[in-house]
Amino acid sequence: MKKIILGVAMMASALLVNAQKITIKGSDTVLPLAQKDAEVFMKKNAGKSVTVIGGGSGVGISALLDNSTDIAMSSRKIKMDERMKLQDAGRAFKEVIIANDALSVIVNPQNKVSKLTRAQLEGIFTGKIKNWKEVGGDDMQIVVYSRETSSGTYEFFKEHVMNRKNYASSVLNMPATGAIIQSVSQTKGAIGYVGLAYVTKEVKDIAVSYDGKTFTMASIENAKNKSYPVVRPLYFYYPTSKEAAIKPYLDFILSVEGQKNC
Amino acid sequence: MISSGISSLAVLLIVIFLFREGFSLFSTSPLENKNIIVVNKTNPVSKLNAGQIKAIFDQEITNWKDLGGNNDSIILFTINDISNYFSDEEVGAEFEFLPDKLNALVDSNPTMLAVYQDKYLAKKFSGKIVNVAKNNIPDFIMGKQWFPTAEPAVQLGVAPLILGTLLVSFFAILFALPVGLATAIYMAEVADERLRKILKPVIELLAGIPSVVYGFFGLIVIVPMIHDVFNLPVGETALAGSIVLGIMALPTIITVSEDAIRNTPRSMKEASLALGANKWQTIYRVVIPYSMSGISAAAILGIGRALGETMAVLMVTGNAAVMPKSLLQPVRTIPATIAAELGEAPAGGVHYQALFALGCILFLITMAINIWVQAISTRRKMNK
Repeated sequence: MKKIILGVAMMASALLVNAQKITIKGSDTVLPLAQKDAEVFMKKNAGKSVTVIGGGSGVGISALLDNSTDIAMSSRKIKMDERMKLQDAGRAFKEVIIANDALSVIVNPQNKVSKLTRAQLEGIFTGKIKNWKEVGGDDMQIVVYSRETSSGTYEFFKEHVMNRKNYASSVLNMPATGAIIQSVSQTKGAIGYVGLAYVTKEVKDIAVSYDGKTFTMASIENAKNKSYPVVRPLYFYYPTSKEAAIKPYLDFILSVEGQKNC
Repeated sequence: MISSGISSLAVLLIVIFLFREGFSLFSTSPLENKNIIVVNKTNPVSKLNAGQIKAIFDQEITNWKDLGGNNDSIILFTINDISNYFSDEEVGAEFEFLPDKLNALVDSNPTMLAVYQDKYLAKKFSGKIVNVAKNNIPDFIMGKQWFPTAEPAVQLGVAPLILGTLLVSFFAILFALPVGLATAIYMAEVADERLRKILKPVIELLAGIPSVVYGFFGLIVIVPMIHDVFNLPVGETALAGSIVLGIMALPTIITVSEDAIRNTPRSMKEASLALGANKWQTIYRVVIPYSMSGISAAAILGIGRALGETMAVLMVTGNAAVMPKSLLQPVRTIPATIAAELGEAPAGGVHYQALFALGCILFLITMAINIWVQAISTRRKMNK
């Protein structure tokens, strides 16, 4: 798999001699969005070609480092040590936020609880709060579902909601977002987190508050106007030297039309 | 001759690769990315283990006196906090001033615990580097905490994973053996030829179903069933894993033990019937004792199948890395851990090596089982 990606990347970079071609590589979260915009962009601008490749945020940023991509897409902010590596390689780069992705906290539809504060969420996911009655629900054990450690969502939730504390060891790790939805829908005391786009009728998403006073539901509007707190920005990173070449695509994705897909 | 040579060479190389990667774990520190832990030189604490570091960063330990130091609360510092103390200009565009700034920071905060990479150690370093114990085999096997991505120090205790694997496999075989054995006896001794011709392919079909399908079936059917029947808060349990694995081990058990039963010489059965024993007595007293070693081999092969199964277990057991106390609680198995985590573990890192070490443990368990099967089948030949 990696070899195939590498091969594609090498072919893509070989094609880069032509300035009209842009390669984008990185996060699988950003991929569908960048792909959709790339298709529209290519239709509107004949002769320009945009190639979008997945692999994960880390893969994208290391491709930036070895110069095999024009843009790295990332679902997290560039890490300090990655910045240092780019620094060591003498590559100046720029950062653009292209969209915001909201993370919904979901429970079973039969659960009375419909809002939680960040501190309560931290307590639940670190295992300090074990029963729904402690947060205003029925007397029922809380069953916590999380993604696997490899997921970017796992890291994001840990960093932003749990204050960098570790998950309790009793947390159930599910291999995919679909499995979390399935389990939460059939387990009464369940709680989990998924991307906003994945929320279905079988589960109930709840309002979240960071200050303990104003509770907001996850929705596209609330994510855009930043009133919903569990939102992660999605980034593009690109070398300053290539700014001119990628400018048309970047302008398009940030335009009203490009943002429709975000 | 050549092909067998090539295949044994391939097996040997895989094993060597597995153990080389696995054992490199025990020469590394649990601190990731060449990080070091630095405290003020006046701090009496000079040694920490991975568990303490995790507790400090989870803010369960907030006072130095819990670590044998003075009664002062701990100020934590990681490289990501640098912007709270210094501006970008002070650090320098190429981080050229960073080492001195870090040194000065720890110097001026006697209760600070700082984590940063060793390349930012100042030339005139005036703090104290805390000694962190390396990963070692006893801690790895006996440890009860599995936090392979904890920052800054990972926690690698695989006891819950080993016990989870053994628990799920053992109960899987406990469910599968009676059912499998009954089916095998029925097919070999009771069923007529026509029925057998239908049953046999059906059972072999069971072996051909992809394991992810079993897992999906388990998640949709068995997990909610267990949840309702036992009135549990959560249906993803070791029991669900055992049932799914039991079903998956059935074809192996049935085929191997049926072969063993059919090997009973006709003359022995006829002698038993001639002495006035009925059919059931013949099966119970003659056929089963005669084919006992074949049946044990079937059971052990079934355990082997259950031990190595990955995808189905990953989907139904909930994967919580806790010490298993009962069948009705989530567990995490070794194959599920490797499958779920290897994809994103940075190659060559501590987490990556730990997963290879887990692979070594699984290999040793299955090898022991294979040797056991060998021993039993040799005994069988000698009996004849």
